[in-house]
Amino acid sequence: MSTDAPGAGADEAADAVDPVAVDADSFDAEDVAAMQAELDELRETVADLETEVGDGQKSMTIIATKGTLDMAYPPLILASTAAAFGWDVVVFHTFWGLDILHEERSRNLQLSAVGNPSMPVPNAVAALPFMDRVTTRMMEKRIADNGTASIEELIDVSLESGVDLQACQMTIDLMEYDEDDFYDGVTVGVGAATALQHMADADVQLMI
Amino acid sequence: MSSELEVTETLDVKGESCPMPVVKTRQAVDQLADGEVLEVVATDSGSMSDIAGWAESTDGVELRAQEEADEGGEAVYKHYVAKVA
Repeated sequence: MSTDAPGAGADEAADAVDPVAVDADSFDAEDVAAMQAELDELRETVADLETEVGDGQKSMTIIATKGTLDMAYPPLILASTAAAFGWDVVVFHTFWGLDILHEERSRNLQLSAVGNPSMPVPNAVAALPFMDRVTTRMMEKRIADNGTASIEELIDVSLESGVDLQACQMTIDLMEYDEDDFYDGVTVGVGAATALQHMADADVQLMI
Repeated sequence: MSSELEVTETLDVKGESCPMPVVKTRQAVDQLADGEVLEVVATDSGSMSDIAGWAESTDGVELRAQEEADEGGEAVYKHYVAKVA
């Protein structure tokens, strides 16, 4: 817009305030003090954000909901590896995911061939009463032969490397478990709000 | 290349599979002083990619070398990881 063409665009020119050209004399001391206070507040906010972003530490939250042998591995493998990267890791265990942290039950996690097309057993056979035990033993043997860590080993290294393994309090009560049933180092007395609080700041959030 | 590196500690993770080579490498590196080098000996072929990826995205560590060797018919993967300031 041109200022040397009075008439056309004059109204527009009057509305547009060039921040650089504002006459400082038109503000009184009170305005300046208020602006200074606002500026200080903004500087503080920016400094806080820089601290938050600047530490560069990544963070991951995993929600573990399954208690079968095959589904117990992914959360623990990812959690222990992320801890090796120096990430801040929380695994929130809820419903059957609690069994992974349950000292006794974690040693007896089962694998079912029912509804699992990757298993070399037809569903009609897989549904027989003893079949879960058979498929579980087969899998456990493979795990041992392959040098794959046990669930207990993965829990140990996760806790050692600073992973926060959390057991949902509501599900502990629902399943009638005792807080002492869980591995030492497991966090109890936490709920959805605690999980969400960590998830909101996390770079990676997974539900397994 | 590895012969030029002065190795401080050796970590044997032969027979172990994912995620243990990376997890144990981290634990062992934490015990080193700055500038010291850890030799990791693994049989997990995935460790070549995993340890390289881990070292690249992790502060305070530097992958100096990786090599594949044949030890009595068994493939062995060696990694040389330095702790840096």
